[in-house]
Amino acid sequence: MDPGFFVVQFLNGLATASFLFMASAGLTIVFGVTRIVNFAHGSFYMLGAYLAYTLAGIFMDAAYGAMSFWGAIFLAAVIVGLLGILLELVVLRRIYDAPELFQLLATFAVVLIVQDLVRMTWGGEDLLGPRAPGLKSFVLVAGRRFPEYELAMIFAGPLVLGALWLLFHRTRFGVLVRAATLDREMVGALGVNQALLFTGVLFLGAFLAGLAGALQLPREPANPYMDVNIIVEAFVVTVIGGMGSVTGAFLAALLIGELQAFGILVFPKITLVLAFLVMAVVLIVRPYGLLGRPQAESHGAARAGAGLAAGTPLQRGFWLALLALLLVLPLFADEYSLKLMIELLIFGLFAFSLNFIMGWGGIVSFGHAAYFGLGAYGAALLVHHFAWPMEGALLAAPLVAGTAALVFGALCVRLSGVYLAMLTLAFAQIVYAVAFQWVEFTGGDNGLIGIWPASWAASRTVYYYLTLAVSLAGIGLLWRFLYAPFGYSSRAVRDSAIRADAIGIDPRYQRWLAFTVSGIAAGLGGGLYVFSKGNIDPEVLAIPTSVDALTMVLIGGVETVTGPLAGAALLTLLKDFVMPLTLYWKMVMGVLILGMVLAFPKGLVGILADRLPALQARPAERERPA
Amino acid sequence: MTKRRGLLVAAATLAIVGATASAPAGAAETIRIGELNSYNRFPAFTEPYRKGWQLGIEEINEAGGVLGKQLEVISRDDGGTTGDAVRVAEELVVREKVAFIFGTFLSNIGLAVADFANQRKVLFIAAEPLTDALTMAKGNRYTYRLRPNTYMQTGMLVEEVKDLGKTRWAIIAPNYEYGQSAAANFKRLAAEKMPGVEIVIEQFPALGKIDAGATVTAIEQANPDAIFSALFGGDLAKFVREGTTRGLFEGRTVLSLLTGEPEWLDPLKDEAPEGWIVTGYPWEQIDTPEHKAFVEAYEAAYDDYPRLGSLLGYVLAYTIKAMLEKAGSTETEAMLAAMEGLVIESSPTGSFYIRDLDNQATMGAWVGRLTVEGGRGKMVDWRYVDGEPYMFPAEEVRRVRPDLQN
Amino acid sequence: MTLLRVERLHKSFGGFEAVRDVGFTLEAGERLAIIGPNGAGKSTCFNMIGGQLRPDHGRVLLDGEDITGLPPRAVWRKGVGRTFQIAAAFGSMTVAENVQMALMNHHGRARALFPLARELYREEALALLERVGIRDQAERFCSMLAYGDIKRVELAVALAHDPRLLLMDEPTAGMAPAERHALMRLVSAIVAERGIAVLFTEHDMDVVFAYADRILVINRGRLIAEGPPEKVRADREVQAIYLGSTVESPA
Repeated sequence: MDPGFFVVQFLNGLATASFLFMASAGLTIVFGVTRIVNFAHGSFYMLGAYLAYTLAGIFMDAAYGAMSFWGAIFLAAVIVGLLGILLELVVLRRIYDAPELFQLLATFAVVLIVQDLVRMTWGGEDLLGPRAPGLKSFVLVAGRRFPEYELAMIFAGPLVLGALWLLFHRTRFGVLVRAATLDREMVGALGVNQALLFTGVLFLGAFLAGLAGALQLPREPANPYMDVNIIVEAFVVTVIGGMGSVTGAFLAALLIGELQAFGILVFPKITLVLAFLVMAVVLIVRPYGLLGRPQAESHGAARAGAGLAAGTPLQRGFWLALLALLLVLPLFADEYSLKLMIELLIFGLFAFSLNFIMGWGGIVSFGHAAYFGLGAYGAALLVHHFAWPMEGALLAAPLVAGTAALVFGALCVRLSGVYLAMLTLAFAQIVYAVAFQWVEFTGGDNGLIGIWPASWAASRTVYYYLTLAVSLAGIGLLWRFLYAPFGYSSRAVRDSAIRADAIGIDPRYQRWLAFTVSGIAAGLGGGLYVFSKGNIDPEVLAIPTSVDALTMVLIGGVETVTGPLAGAALLTLLKDFVMPLTLYWKMVMGVLILGMVLAFPKGLVGILADRLPALQARPAERERPA
Repeated sequence: MTKRRGLLVAAATLAIVGATASAPAGAAETIRIGELNSYNRFPAFTEPYRKGWQLGIEEINEAGGVLGKQLEVISRDDGGTTGDAVRVAEELVVREKVAFIFGTFLSNIGLAVADFANQRKVLFIAAEPLTDALTMAKGNRYTYRLRPNTYMQTGMLVEEVKDLGKTRWAIIAPNYEYGQSAAANFKRLAAEKMPGVEIVIEQFPALGKIDAGATVTAIEQANPDAIFSALFGGDLAKFVREGTTRGLFEGRTVLSLLTGEPEWLDPLKDEAPEGWIVTGYPWEQIDTPEHKAFVEAYEAAYDDYPRLGSLLGYVLAYTIKAMLEKAGSTETEAMLAAMEGLVIESSPTGSFYIRDLDNQATMGAWVGRLTVEGGRGKMVDWRYVDGEPYMFPAEEVRRVRPDLQN
Repeated sequence: MTLLRVERLHKSFGGFEAVRDVGFTLEAGERLAIIGPNGAGKSTCFNMIGGQLRPDHGRVLLDGEDITGLPPRAVWRKGVGRTFQIAAAFGSMTVAENVQMALMNHHGRARALFPLARELYREEALALLERVGIRDQAERFCSMLAYGDIKRVELAVALAHDPRLLLMDEPTAGMAPAERHALMRLVSAIVAERGIAVLFTEHDMDVVFAYADRILVINRGRLIAEGPPEKVRADREVQAIYLGSTVESPA
């Protein structure tokens, strides 16, 4: 092939990289300082594009010339930056003391709210913005046309990088940001107003997101899917670069941009999964990304996780009563209620399995959907291709998921914190891509249909009892494991890995085992799920499924045993209740989740545990570990 | 420090029991119909669609309803996922006791709801899913579809260019079922109708994530003399802008599915790619009396012009009317019998019927060329192409449809 | 007999040589102290013996067996218990459960799935707590304890598998003087009755000279003096290091 093509394709890669970098820089800065995994970053990006569209329309109608376009871009970014301040003041500031992932959940709720607000304000149709004045045409590069705007943007990324470097090295604010990225406690000790620093950082992060979104306008119409489309890629860039490292993000963006530009020549479908493949490889080789450092471990004593206590007679009575109620439910509930209860039980098991490693093992997974979905797919594929009976498929589901957890887990547990979480996400996305792309075997994105229960279990009531028995058995076993030495060992590793290692526990091995057990349980839930729905498609493996599980756990209470069950019940029922009420059900869910995060930073069950000392078993237990 | 607490679980259970007790009593005066679609996730297409069927249902009710009863549509968001959609469908059938269901937009959701309908023996009329599988390999006797599927629309486009002598083709399509099957259909039909055709490059960007610059350069490098596109939405806009600036479309024939539909054409404004041959809906130029009446009524009701979704929704309402009148009852078997070969006269699209072989309507599409006029894209040299000649061959339907296999 | 033999142990971080060719022996039942100013390499030395760090070169022999570079859990299995400079315990567990956890490992049941952990080896754990003097704290969560008590929990945990050797990195750091002596008296009594050897670092020279049978002095990663307390006390080089260093209070 002619070299001109490679030059142009390389430039295309640079332009993509430049945009990716600008979209990710703010995310990595915010994470570096606040340790918040900010889902709302994508919303800021989308708002930047929409605001730029509106402002450009107003300014350019008023005919202020080329400056009006660039003015609109800048103003949009500033407004989005102010919205970042609003987010910090109204939401984040109230929950800095909550378990780390609570901020993540709060920002996720903001995503839901902003999605619907954008729709209400700008409608659902794509809004194509104007081309950039003065950069509408092309230049000839190696005999090929190359858009001026793309060329300009190739320089914009390094320009932003340079500006950030100056900011970080030439201003007091920047120096503080760098110091806080290295050691948050230290800055607090220096007597810096931490609240003000965080507010400033959120402004900067949102401003950069807004700027990236606004600059996207001449290439892509403002549309309601921008937030979700960018946020995952921005996370990937941030993680590959090393969280908190702006330069790392730049290198990561370059890597992805160029791999993508040339990758599509060989694999025309590669964009679906490329970024995640790169992330998985980088994290396996470099557990903290290209330029990241190990996060300073927050010292065990500062925040001890939850402990366990024996149940009281009152509690046992309560559980027996609940069980009795579940057993007689089919006598007076209609088929739909049973369907809902089936879903609730399955999600209960799924969320419980997540918290088995998250709350009780300190392993955060952003990709738990992989094991739930692999259980579901395992069962469905066995039924579809090999005509297995439901019983066999249900037994195989946890094995399929467990095998995957065994393999992925071995690689994941070498990492820690957010990096571990992102590697679980990468694996989930790779599984998703396989299910999506392997059309002959998995049915592609249309999925598989006709996966219904065996004839003896076809009646809704029978399947309800089957689900009840299997999911309660699964939950019961995990529950028992928590109280057994196995669960104690997991918790020991969570509390203090160094101490655990010094009394004979191999921390990594224990985490690996727990991860696998959790995957098996999630797979069991997935198996039950597919027969309750009759169909399966890659959505079940996608990020929203993992986020649902996280939400259930966090809403219910990550530091509790029963929290995930309460969270699963609440979320399932709320969604069922809210969805028929309004077109904007996502916003309502977002507001409700946000409200709960702010009102119950320990989760619902956590709050109950604090508020109802009468139910406490032994006096000593009233002292919760701080 | 106790953790074993589940008051909420109990409360949840009680809430369900309570809700059960107050399930709605089926009203005798109305025919209850269930409807579900991805209103929250895909508003650009589903909102006009909803306005369309609402308008149709209102008109029918004002004219006295059907079988002496008013039609009552219970509409739900399907959550945009198959998991939610099947649950919502269940709720409509069990709680709301609807006679049948219609709706859905995404192919996978359409298929999941179709399978649910098959399992629960409920009539399902799919409004918008394009996937061929719905009426072919995964078809069932309870599921019908109005909109011309990917195969039919691709066939109409290929018909337009088969004599142009273009042999080097590039294919660009979003990487999911619709895009993949559009590409497969194109390859099949091109081979049948244009001997000697060569596909020189295929590009399948992830939906919503096209890397437009790199993709355009890659296609350019393959040097095709024609391009087949199945892009829409944001991907289409990015591809058009990038391709126009870089001169990709100059001197090349471009075939593009759906691009003439106002949903996707209007956002392109004055940058609509001139000369592209597209399927679409030139609503402002169709002057049959039925269509004019529809546009007038629509504009009066909503102060907005109709999109293709509006038309589909509206026609769907009248299809329901025709079906119920023919069936004479809301028994599923009677309705299924009525759907067989059902003829819908005097529709804004012209009359069409439902082929009983594969439960696919013969409704056609408008095919034409794009131009820019008055600052917006417009279809010219268009014609309405009836769907019937472009449907899957009968023997192929018999071969692949599971319910015709014995 | 020689229980622990350390030969030419060496560790550098980047360009900084933290421990340079340190070698010594420890007899069974002996109490050996390592002293030296801050940053001298005491903890690095400890961590190489305990398995937390892998030496660049050199060997660690326990009862003649090469344990160099083994991970902490393997070193523990060979009969070495340890406490940390910054006390490490399982904050979400009660004091008794902390000790039970160690006992579960000792008995090879730490991954059992079904027995109730809180009922396992409870009597044994309570006996150990009794021995270290915090039996009355058994039901409290470790995260609620005073620092001195956590040090005692660590001691009980370290004793759980009948070790031959105890590694104690600053066992009395953060304690009041009276408390220090109480703890060290306790340690001395326990190791004497069980025949356990102790290797410990300590800042408090009172404690060192009162409880060590023998003392090693490390400075800038090198072993500079070794011998019984009186000899070390008299060593010029040692005096030079500690002279003027008022932080330490040589007796």
